[in-house]
Amino acid sequence: MTTITADERRGPGGGRGPGERRVPRWGGFSAGMLALELRRMARNRRTVVFTVIMPPVFFLLFGSNADYRSTRAGEGNLTAFVLVSMAVYGAMLACTAGGAMVSVERAVGWSRQLRLTPLTPAAYVAVKLVLAMVVGAVSVVATFVVGSFAGADMPVSAWVGCGLLAWVCALVFAAFGLFMGYLLPSENVMQVLGPVLAVLSFAGGLFVPVDSLGHVFATVARFTPAYGVGVLARAPLAHEGELWVAVLNVVAWTALFAAGAMWRFRKDTARV
Amino acid sequence: MTVELDGVVKRFGAVTAVDGLDLRIGAGEVVALLGPNGAGKTSTVDMMLGLSAPDAGSVRVLGRAPREAVARGLVSAVMQTGGLLKDYTVAETVRLTAVLFGRSRRDVDAVLERAGVAEIAGRLVGKCSGGQQQRLRFAMALLPDPELLILDEPTTGMDVSGRRDFWEAIRSDARSGRTVIFATHYLDEADAYADRVVFVRRGRVVADGSAAQVKAMVSGRTVRAAWPGADEAALRALPGVDEVEVRGDTVTVRGKDSDEVARFLLTRTPARDLEIASHNLEEAFLALTADDAGTAGGPGADIGRGQGGALSAGGGVLISGDEREATR
Repeated sequence: MTTITADERRGPGGGRGPGERRVPRWGGFSAGMLALELRRMARNRRTVVFTVIMPPVFFLLFGSNADYRSTRAGEGNLTAFVLVSMAVYGAMLACTAGGAMVSVERAVGWSRQLRLTPLTPAAYVAVKLVLAMVVGAVSVVATFVVGSFAGADMPVSAWVGCGLLAWVCALVFAAFGLFMGYLLPSENVMQVLGPVLAVLSFAGGLFVPVDSLGHVFATVARFTPAYGVGVLARAPLAHEGELWVAVLNVVAWTALFAAGAMWRFRKDTARV
Repeated sequence: MTVELDGVVKRFGAVTAVDGLDLRIGAGEVVALLGPNGAGKTSTVDMMLGLSAPDAGSVRVLGRAPREAVARGLVSAVMQTGGLLKDYTVAETVRLTAVLFGRSRRDVDAVLERAGVAEIAGRLVGKCSGGQQQRLRFAMALLPDPELLILDEPTTGMDVSGRRDFWEAIRSDARSGRTVIFATHYLDEADAYADRVVFVRRGRVVADGSAAQVKAMVSGRTVRAAWPGADEAALRALPGVDEVEVRGDTVTVRGKDSDEVARFLLTRTPARDLEIASHNLEEAFLALTADDAGTAGGPGADIGRGQGGALSAGGGVLISGDEREATR
């Protein structure tokens, strides 16, 4: 049977019997779905602005002046230092936005529609996580490309190391986005999360060093979710900060958000 | 059996949406689930699709658990409004469905064509009208080439021409012998497209019969009289008679020409206490599904076979005689 025109059907039970039908592998997780979903994300102007335009623009505003270019910071200049922070901020926005897509999809009933396909809920979450990470990578690369033309200077090892760490550690925000996506049944969840992320970035020392804001602030800041990612991502360049605190920070927040997402996800799956 | 529901119960907190529903639907049937809002139609449909699990009883679709049947593409559905993403195009939405079901691009083109959305394939879903979106849902439902297609209030919110186009597409598809179940509260849709009508009220089947039986019951008039030892065959031979029923001394005749039946009964037989009642589909529907209708006769009463205690109710002239039956 090559086509499924009405004429060729032989009625129920005829043609293709129920026994011959198979369930797709990996619960429906597929490159084809990822490609279509990516195309859809790229079509969303708000997502593009949030993830690909805003971080490089912030970098140009805050990090590319002549003073910064001529000030050394670790193995590079201060411009590179700010660049990595902005890349982390971008990856954070992108990953959160990717994860938070589930909120919109639940709000309009799309996840219910997907329940009428072989796609399993676990595969759906996996698709969203991969998407979040792909968009995060695009955001980091876009920011770095702009940075390389705008005076950021650091060794190749730092370009690669900082970029990879900014991206991988942003997994914590993919989990955060998923958690929020399941928690907030809103069609514009990113309008809520955008300001939250800005505050977290500030508290995590992505916009200004936490030490410059006083001892109490610096102490509290170390426990906020963006802090660990920032310290780790800048480590190949700056070699500063307590790395074990940063690692603990990233692991703990990732575990917490993932557990939260899992909890909401289970509830959601049971209900729908 | 395509669908087997046995004693299915679904509760939402204190509300019992589906209350011990039994239903069997065979291959190739086109069945309308008819009932008012809140009758339990959507809850029943959800359970057939594995979107929710019954609190009691069992649901089997093509001999499998519903979720399994869905995953294999044996059953698909066109749901009520919602459930589409505005920033996908029509074609992309169907293509995504195809990817999930492991179907080819050619299958995508075929269902776009059959659902009548091929010419708007490149349009963003958010820019489609309600009717176009519904035909897109239909295209998605056709994609796995299911044995069973379920439509839940498929034309809600459509204008007249949208409804007509949609049913046109469904009708031409049903010729292939697919089993179709559709929930609706539009009587004319049940009348025009179903060969079997299942009335649901308060989560139970209150009547179940062929569309022809429903029509016979609800169109025309009912003549009732007391006639001990009634000659059933003679009554059946009268013009326009659809249904004859003898119960004890009472004979009930349903047909289009009540005058002819009445004349015959009063002039050629010893029948007496003659009553004539008229009713239409709308009234029958209201009587069957109204919340204050009695439940005498129990669930599963078959239209036309006269066990229909559910036909009672305070519906005035409407099938008034059945009240007597119900109390037996």
